[in-house]
Amino acid sequence: MTFSLAALGPALPEILLALAALFLVLFGAIAGPKSVDTVNGLALAALFAALVLVLLGPSEPAVLFGGSFQVDAYGRFLKVLTLLGSGGALAMSVDWLKIEKQSRFEFAVLILLSTLGMMMLISAGDLIALYMGLELMSLSLYVIAANNRDSVRSTEAGLKYFVLGALSSGMLLYGASLIYGFTGTVNFAKIAEAVHEPSLGLIFGIVFIFAGLAFKVSAVPFHMWTPDVYEGAPTPVTAFFGAAPKVAAIAVFVRFSMEALPNVVHQWQQIVVFISLASMVLGAFAAIGQKNLKRLMAYSSIGHMGYALVGLAAGTEEGVRGVLVYMTVYMAMTLGTFACILSMRRKDGMVENYEDLAGLARTSPVKAFMLAALMFSLAGIPPLAGFLAKYYVFLAAIQAGLYTLAVVGVLASVVGAFYYLRIVKVMYFDEPATPFEPMPAELKAVLAVSGLFTLLLFVYPAPLLAAAGVAARALF
Amino acid sequence: MYDWPILSVVTFLPVVGALLIVLMIRGDDEVAQRNARWVALWATLVTFLISLLLLIGFDASNTDFQFQENRAWLGDIAAYRMGLDGISMPFVLLTTLLMPMCILASWESIHVRVKEYMICFLVLETLMIGTFSSLDLLQFYIFFEGGLIPMFLIIGIWGGKRRIYATFKFFLYTLAGSVLMMLAIMAMYWQAGTTDIRVLLTHGFPPAMQTWLWLAFFASFAVKMPMWPVHTWLPDAHVEAPTAGSVILAGILLKMGGYGFLRFSLPMFPDASLYFAPLVYTLSVVAIIYTSLVALMQEDIKKLIAYSSVAHMGFVTMGIFTMTQEGIQGAVFQMVSHGFVSGALFLCVGVVYDRMHTREIAAYGGLVHRMPVYATFFMVFTMANVGLPGTSGFIGEFLTMLAAFGRNSWVAFFAATGVILSAAYALWLYRRVIFGPLEKESLKDILDVNRRELASLVPLLFFTILFGVWPGPILDACNVAVAAIVSRADVAAGAVKAAAALALY
Repeated sequence: MTFSLAALGPALPEILLALAALFLVLFGAIAGPKSVDTVNGLALAALFAALVLVLLGPSEPAVLFGGSFQVDAYGRFLKVLTLLGSGGALAMSVDWLKIEKQSRFEFAVLILLSTLGMMMLISAGDLIALYMGLELMSLSLYVIAANNRDSVRSTEAGLKYFVLGALSSGMLLYGASLIYGFTGTVNFAKIAEAVHEPSLGLIFGIVFIFAGLAFKVSAVPFHMWTPDVYEGAPTPVTAFFGAAPKVAAIAVFVRFSMEALPNVVHQWQQIVVFISLASMVLGAFAAIGQKNLKRLMAYSSIGHMGYALVGLAAGTEEGVRGVLVYMTVYMAMTLGTFACILSMRRKDGMVENYEDLAGLARTSPVKAFMLAALMFSLAGIPPLAGFLAKYYVFLAAIQAGLYTLAVVGVLASVVGAFYYLRIVKVMYFDEPATPFEPMPAELKAVLAVSGLFTLLLFVYPAPLLAAAGVAARALF
Repeated sequence: MYDWPILSVVTFLPVVGALLIVLMIRGDDEVAQRNARWVALWATLVTFLISLLLLIGFDASNTDFQFQENRAWLGDIAAYRMGLDGISMPFVLLTTLLMPMCILASWESIHVRVKEYMICFLVLETLMIGTFSSLDLLQFYIFFEGGLIPMFLIIGIWGGKRRIYATFKFFLYTLAGSVLMMLAIMAMYWQAGTTDIRVLLTHGFPPAMQTWLWLAFFASFAVKMPMWPVHTWLPDAHVEAPTAGSVILAGILLKMGGYGFLRFSLPMFPDASLYFAPLVYTLSVVAIIYTSLVALMQEDIKKLIAYSSVAHMGFVTMGIFTMTQEGIQGAVFQMVSHGFVSGALFLCVGVVYDRMHTREIAAYGGLVHRMPVYATFFMVFTMANVGLPGTSGFIGEFLTMLAAFGRNSWVAFFAATGVILSAAYALWLYRRVIFGPLEKESLKDILDVNRRELASLVPLLFFTILFGVWPGPILDACNVAVAAIVSRADVAAGAVKAAAALALY
């Protein structure tokens, strides 16, 4: 095999991010703490440049590094999402960290590295690349969870995430080795060729890999870390956790299931149906008791991963399209909601309970309106974006005949509607509490974009649907 | 008929009004409030006037949907499709007619966050008209469900003491019913390959599937209607909602359930409708008698009217599921009439509530001495609620009972006892509120209806009497559309009979 530089072309965005991260860590180390603003700015620029490169990349599918790394429409769609999520989260965190005196140049570098891991994950073509991407993403996340190193809660969150994450990585590796043992290959496409009749060992391998992946998307029964980590980590970090890594993990979940295991759909479908069901139900019921908005969003995200997995459970092209639409909408809603949570600052510091939003509709009507739209959307009420997203995944589930899953899922969404409505109630029906400090511009921008997206997607959804359709087709 | 998309204009004009309020009116002072009221009133009035063009252009003998519009929208799963037939047309007009009155009824009683209030009502109007004029299943669902958001806010922000409990109950009950309908819509899409209602009407779903689809739609419409035993959200919502909210709730939102039965359940699932008709009869009769008895015991005027609404909707469901020409026409008539009458009754309650700030029946008495005009209006509407011949309430009850008698005389018998009970609670209410000596100090200086209140009550009185003596317009309008439904039901019934006959041999 001859090596040519031009053949690396399709991996250019990843290469750029890797170089940018390496450069910035050196730059930060040499220039010292004063350089935080520059590093943050350059990191944002790098994310943006990577986004442009992804969008300009070749339209025909390409396979690099002997099948480990594949570039296709599916990957492009999800990379755009991931980069937007990382960029949005980074932009929202800069000011916040400065005010809270947690500003460190490593933060932006770690976000770049974990984004690189996510993109690797999305493009993974074999189990080795999958593991590599997953670990690069996760290790960076463990560290930024503990970014506020003087706070017990933050370090506890980081440590908890690390210990449980290591356990799940171990399971995933064990599953990968079983699959390698029973098929003789780690490449997704070759696994698909090798697997016709499901053997017991292969099923065990699938179960272990799914357990590892379910941990990363925080699906039940591997969700336990989520509330504690969401609550303990600094809020912008939580916003970041809620958006981009979830997208990447779901992406690889879908890609692995569809590309490596198309011939044993019935075997893994049962697993996905179960974790999806359990996540939706637990997310709906457990969030009711939460007062802390970050914890509430943690349970909400568990539920939403359940809904996204409904699309995967269908195991069809429509299902994958549903997952893609769902993740897009989910990411917009998550970033918008966290923009609001990040702006819940009073003179004496941040507040995090939903009751602190009391009367927001009168103290800052626009913000309350946007947050209310996001809440109705998270609850899946038409005509907002969250409804369309739910519609697409359940449409696929009905087509695949998964009626129980669909019925339980929509009923769980009714239960879930209760706690989203409660936030609307607090904002609109209750008497105003002390107003918050004015919202910084970057939070306003993120909230405006995501709020308008969720509000108006139904007016002209065609571009998103078309892009998701093309991306889904790439897997079949 | 018209070379401009009249139906879209009627549907979305109120939202344009709402946008005007958002963009043009700043602040929350007296002037801003007055402007918001006027913009809302004009938006609803213009919408009403344009909707009259629908009435003029409507061809009652045409069996097809009229004023059709088709545009691409959600790719392969749904499109923007609008159109009216004889069943939906009366409801669109009912909506556009009631809305200006709701704005008028809130003129003085709403004085906090007026802008938001008017925006909610205008958005709600768009969603309601859209529900009735959608020719696409998913689009229908979006309008149908979207209405929950403004209503949630209306009850929750401007409601009474227990408004939060009431609005959550309203929202979650309705949502729980509707999500199952959403799944049924998906199943229909995969079965028929489209969500175009015109195609679905002639599709012919397999009977086994019809049963499940029917049940899923029933879950949604029965809650919305509301039918016993899922009616409990209604009295709470009515009692806590502001006057205009109650009017809309009773006048239009409840009709969406009946409209849904007529548009979807009956023509699309005729076999299942036939199969489940006895169930609906039973629930209707229970609703008529049980809620009438409950209404007798109420101490809150609004709650009493709310329970009477449930009873009246019992007549509607009974009429619809007789699947006969007179039964369905009677049901449509009953729904329109109930829109006027219950709307007017809630407005009447609003009149005294604005003055006394209580809805306790015991707090009133002898109002006739101070408010003769009010007493007259209240009497006519009470009589119409009872179903006195000469008022519009009579026609619907009579037709539905007539049809029920042809199907099952016991059903008609029990429904007729409901009429007696309705006379009992309505007249008793009237006696306790209006007649008797004027003893309470607080009532001694109460004022009669003013001109603004007259402006909303007089048209309703006019229509109540007009349709009572001349039911032609409504019955003619829906005649052809109802005939189409009945013929489909007859085919299904014939098939069942043939199968039974075959089984005999």
